[in-house]
This record gives sequence, structure tokens and C-alpha cells, in this order.
Amino acid sequence: MRGRLAPYLMVLPGGLWLLAFFAVPLVLMASFSLMTGNVVDGFDQVLRWRNYTEGLELYGDKFVRSLWYGLLATVACLLLAYPAAAWIAFRAGRRKSVYLLLLLLPFFVSFVLRTVSWKFVLADNGIVLGTLKGWGVLPDGFHVLGTTFAVVAGLTYNFLPFMALPIYVALERLDPRMLEAARDLYASRAQTFLRVVLPLSLPGVFAGAIMTFVPASADYVNAEVLGGTENVMIGNIIWTEYFVNNDYPTASALSFTLMAILLAGVFLYARALGTEDVLEAARR
Amino acid sequence: MRALRVYTWVLIAWLALPIAVMIAFGFNDTASRQNFVWEGFTLRWYAHLFDKPDLTRALVNSLVIAVLSTLITTVLGTLIGLALGRHRFRGKGAANIVLFAAIASPELVMGASLLSMFVTLNIPRGIGTIVAAHVMFSVAFVAVTVRARAVGLDPALEEAAADLGASRWEVFRLVTLPMVRPGVLAGALLAFALSIDDFVITNFTSGTTVTFPLWVWSSTRTGTPPQVNVMGTLIFAIGVLIAIVNVVGARRRKT
Repeated sequence: MRGRLAPYLMVLPGGLWLLAFFAVPLVLMASFSLMTGNVVDGFDQVLRWRNYTEGLELYGDKFVRSLWYGLLATVACLLLAYPAAAWIAFRAGRRKSVYLLLLLLPFFVSFVLRTVSWKFVLADNGIVLGTLKGWGVLPDGFHVLGTTFAVVAGLTYNFLPFMALPIYVALERLDPRMLEAARDLYASRAQTFLRVVLPLSLPGVFAGAIMTFVPASADYVNAEVLGGTENVMIGNIIWTEYFVNNDYPTASALSFTLMAILLAGVFLYARALGTEDVLEAARR
Repeated sequence: MRALRVYTWVLIAWLALPIAVMIAFGFNDTASRQNFVWEGFTLRWYAHLFDKPDLTRALVNSLVIAVLSTLITTVLGTLIGLALGRHRFRGKGAANIVLFAAIASPELVMGASLLSMFVTLNIPRGIGTIVAAHVMFSVAFVAVTVRARAVGLDPALEEAAADLGASRWEVFRLVTLPMVRPGVLAGALLAFALSIDDFVITNFTSGTTVTFPLWVWSSTRTGTPPQVNVMGTLIFAIGVLIAIVNVVGARRRKT
């Protein structure tokens, strides 16, 4: 009897913690999203579904923009990370872990700080643009900060390791005999890549896409630090609703809508793949 | 393949660029609040690292929170990881899905929902609520790390220990735990790194308490002082050092 209870007892403390600080807050936020009122006057539960429709009407474009930025950053991460991850997995030999560490360097600097550091680098008269303007290569009015490019590049930079790691893990596990077999069967390099390497690395690509797309779409730090008024993302709106307007019902409805969109996508993805696979790749 | 090698180095250079700038501007002899233009080399900011009491306070808060949440997370996460890796039980699939949801949920939503709860229940926000939040979002990472280690272990070793008269507790302490120790250690390091770096969830659960990332965030509007660069540099150096020790240690064990 004790033997059968053991796993439940082991899961219990962590499970209760997740119940109290993950599940219950979500339920309370769902409840908030149907209320009216504000922090000063108090809140009333009136099952106001219009919080959702109004949120979508007012900020639909911000949702679309956030998902678009998230998608751009995810694709950029994939294109940038895949070749490097492949080279490290197949060709780096004994120095694999050194290269991997170099690829993960950004993780050793606080997320906010490395974004601020990009602001240094890209500042209108900073070390890059200032120098180029001094040489007369760029016109005086040229700027990068405050553009869509700056925000998407910031997102790409910040979440690239999340994409690189699962791809590397998938490629590293690939049996080298598969490549030999392909060569023995007269596959060209391109054919070997397209029909052997790429399909076998897809679980890593999918996991990396989730780990990049979700935090990138819900981000507000990059848009705040690197972007301008044209780059406001839904995360910035939610932040403002909470901390400036104290409009918890609207903020909750917007948060819930965002999560519903992102989680629905993620779970469809995970179902197609099996959770174990995604988790396995996500853990590294 | 040469081209790929060059490409990998270019990518690494891009990844390292803002870090190099952060480190360099910690040595910048600037007088203004805006630390944007290179004015010459100085070690002044290293000597006056703790001159800003509120910044020092923020760093101390970050360290206290990271230590506390790492301790709790490691215990809770290890237990879950062992249960999932070593036992078959009903509800295991559901547990895996919950862990996946905790890893895949956007931080913004987790932070916002925690704020909703703390406001509803009138819980004062501070170090306690930050630690609760950090444990919540990092426990799943520790659990999957430990699970991955526990799955590959031979159950015969534990059975042998039990056959030789070891009690359940002795089997756990003398056989199971030592075997999964690398996974537990990796999980603990991950939990510490996640906690000390966290911005979004902390932003929502901190109330008036300030951590290092929050201080940096609020300084972006007025200008980030060079001490922030120095602290960032030191955290970076310590983190890289620990990682190198880990990599070298792993290589030693293999050979």
C-alpha cells in the first residue's frame, strides 16, 4: 500500500504549489475578466462578457501585431539558429560543449539588461550609428530605435537560444549512420538534408518554435525599450491596463484572450507531436 | 562546411556584441547620467560599486529571492521528477500536461493572474510573493531535468539495496539520490538562473519591492548608471565560470 501511495506523496507538495500559484490565480483572473470596477472603487462580478468583445475591438490590431512580431522573430530565430546548431552538432567534434556555451552566452546576462545594452548599441548617436554618421555613410536622421526592425531584432536576439537548444539536441541525437546510409544510396547533400536530417530534426524545430513564439508574442520589454509608439504590443497594453489604468477587468480579459490564443496553438502543436517529445526537447 | 564554421562564429559574435558593450561601458569614465558615449577607461565604478544604496538593496533582494526559491524549487521539483521517472501511477499523463502547461504558458499571463489573486485575497506583495511565484514557474523545469536523469537508471540497483535489508528511506538516501544527483544539481542551477534573471513575473508580483532586473528596467527612462554594467558583468562572469566548471567536470567524468 505504501509503495503505491509513494508517487502521489512525492507529487503532492509541488502539485499543491502549482495548484495554489498557477491554477487558482488563473481561475481568479477568469473571474476578474467578467467584472466591472477599478482598484479604487472596488470590483463587482456582473458576468460582463463585453470585456472580451470590447478588448478585441479596441486592441485587435495590437493582438495581430504581437502575433506577427512573434512569428517574424520565430522564423528569424529558426533561420539564424539552424545552420549554427547543425554545424555544432555535426562538425564541432570535441569542442561541442564550448560552442554550445558560446551560443548560450546571452542567458548569463539579465534579460532586461541585454535589451538595454542593445539600446546602447543602436542609439541614434551611439557607437554604431554615431560612428557611421561621422564617416558620412549614413544620413544624420537615420535611426534604428523606434522601428519595427529594432523590436523584431530584439525579440530574435533575446529568444534565439530557446530555438537553438532544442534543434541542437535533436540533431545531436541523430545517428551518424543515417547520414552514411543516405550517402551510400547516392543521395546528394541537398537530398540528405531535405529527406533525412530535416525530418529527423523537426521535433526540435517544433519545440524551439513554441519556446520562441510564446514568450516573443507576449513580450513587452523589447517594444518598450527598443520600439516606438508604432510598435506597441499587446503585452504593453496589458501592462498599462494593470499598472497605469488599474483596470483589472479589461487587463484580465486581454490576458485571457492572449493565453487562449497562444495555448490553443501550442496544444494543437503538442498533440500533433506528443507531449513527451516537446517536454523532452524543452527541458534542455 | 567552412562557410558554416564562419557563419557560426559570426552568429556568436552577434550574440556577444551587447554583452561586450555592457562590460566595456562598466569601465567608461563618464560623468553624465547617460552612459552612451565612450569617455575613457576607469575602474571607478568597480571601486564605487555599492554607492547607490537602492541598487545594492535590489541586488541583495535578487540574491535572497534566488536562494530561497532555488531551495524550495529543488526539493519540490526533484520529488516530482523522481515520481515521474521512477514510478508508474494513474494521473501521470495529467501531471506531464500540467508541467508542460507551466513551461509553455506566457509569463505575462502567469504574472497577471498572480497579481489578480494577491489583490483579491489582499495579500501584501513583497519578497514572499515573489518567491512563491518563482517557485511556481521554475518547479516544472527542475522536474523535467530530474525526470530525464531518473528515467535512464537501472531499477535493479534499488531492488538490490532493498533485498540487502535497506529501509525505504535508506534506499532513497543511499542509492536513488546519489544516482540522480547530477540532474538535481543541474535543476538547481537552472532554478537559480531563472529566478535571478526573472523580470516579467517579478514585475507583477513585487509590489514596492525592487529586484536587480526591476531596478534596471526603471532606470531605462532616466539613464542606466555604470554600476549596473559592473553588476551585470560580475553576474555574467560568475555564471560563465560555473558553466565552465560544469562542462570541464562533465568531460572529466566521461574520460
